[in-house]
Amino acid sequence: MTTVRVALSAHLRTLASVDGELRISVADPPTVATVLDALESRYPMLRGTIRDYGTHRRRAFIRYFACGRDLSHDSPDVRLPDAVLSGADALRVVGAIAGG
Amino acid sequence: MARVRVLVGTQKGAFVITSDGARRDWKIEGPHFGGWEVMHVQGSPADPERLYASQWTDWHGQVLQRSDDGGASWEPVGNEFTYEGVTGTHQWYDGTPHPWEFKRVWHLEPSPTDPDTIFAGVEDAALFRSTDGGLTWTELAGLRTHSTGQDWTPGAGGMCLHTVLIDPANDERMYVAISAAGAFRSDDGGASWNVATRGLSSTFLPEPEAPIGHCVHKLAMHPDRPDTVFMQKHWDVCRTDDAGESWTEVSGNLPSDFGFPIAVHTHEPDTIFVVPILSDSEHYPPEGKLRVYRSRSGGNEWEALTKGLPQQDCYVNVLRDAMAVDSLDSCGIYFGTTGGQIYASADAGDTWTAIAEHLPRVSSVEVQTIL
Repeated sequence: MTTVRVALSAHLRTLASVDGELRISVADPPTVATVLDALESRYPMLRGTIRDYGTHRRRAFIRYFACGRDLSHDSPDVRLPDAVLSGADALRVVGAIAGG
Repeated sequence: MARVRVLVGTQKGAFVITSDGARRDWKIEGPHFGGWEVMHVQGSPADPERLYASQWTDWHGQVLQRSDDGGASWEPVGNEFTYEGVTGTHQWYDGTPHPWEFKRVWHLEPSPTDPDTIFAGVEDAALFRSTDGGLTWTELAGLRTHSTGQDWTPGAGGMCLHTVLIDPANDERMYVAISAAGAFRSDDGGASWNVATRGLSSTFLPEPEAPIGHCVHKLAMHPDRPDTVFMQKHWDVCRTDDAGESWTEVSGNLPSDFGFPIAVHTHEPDTIFVVPILSDSEHYPPEGKLRVYRSRSGGNEWEALTKGLPQQDCYVNVLRDAMAVDSLDSCGIYFGTTGGQIYASADAGDTWTAIAEHLPRVSSVEVQTIL
């Protein structure tokens, strides 16, 4: 098991009733997909709010950032960067910047 | 003493506004789900402490919330709305086929008798039902898979199922309305549906009296007269007295028959309320005067209700789910505006008071009368 730091956007933290970063334990291989699987298992109210039911397609207004990179267009089954796996950096679930 | 609880959905959260039965002093609580667009908040007639709320954003999609203590606390429930079977296509704005895609829940309609049973009208148009308090949802697919479904088109706001009416004496009978497909009736609890648009005419259609394509904005029904349904259409106010078999226009002397909400007096089944706006392209009141129009004859003859409402320089709108009545002896009526005001009348519209003035754009208003 690997423990990954996950930083959620403010709306998602409110919905899940959590403060600050989360620490999510995932089975190998640690990927965006397995982190989200574990996140949704622990916080079922987040299902459907980051990626679609069924298809697991990332919602259009959501990006995944880590280590100064945008991971959104990588395969969700790619192993996470070493800095995320070591805990040096967090996987960030980021909402589009928008007003209104 | 009776209490009144006004449930308000806005573009940036939900609010609960309460008063005793005198309806003079109001307390505003909220926002709940701050920052989220709240499409609708609705209470169970069978258990007034049971509330449901539909919250939504482009970022995170649909979330359904439930309260078991009258809105003091909330918990997220099920938000998986999956269409049954093979998903076909409807028409897109340009007339090309477009696959059905779930976007959000526009309207929540609880069962009159069971607090755990609730219907959800969604975009793209379909009807879902939960029988476990909102934890899980099942589509009543007979509506979406109706033989006309491939010809349904969205209104500019999306192809939304925004009205669900249930006959309280016969829950097998239901009406729904969809922008811009039209109105439908079921006599078997939602399993199958018939088009209920005969008599409607929409001049924007290639065939104005076609069965499909009418942009119905809202339906309203008095529970004692379930065969009589009133309709605010894209243009025209209409009524049916034969359960949707035929419709008659009753716009009469309205200054404009364009509008969104329509409501029926709690104790007078032929007293109805609308809020005219200028036109399909100018969604604000004629002459800058916010006027509710009341008909005591079920339409055709209308009177303007203005006392307490702004009568100059007012350019707000009232959206389709943003008007409701209470059930106290002197019927109260409430509506919310796109400018964030909630107006209330404790005398069936004769006089009005703003009970909230600075909320976000109001999406929905419902009222619970708690005895």
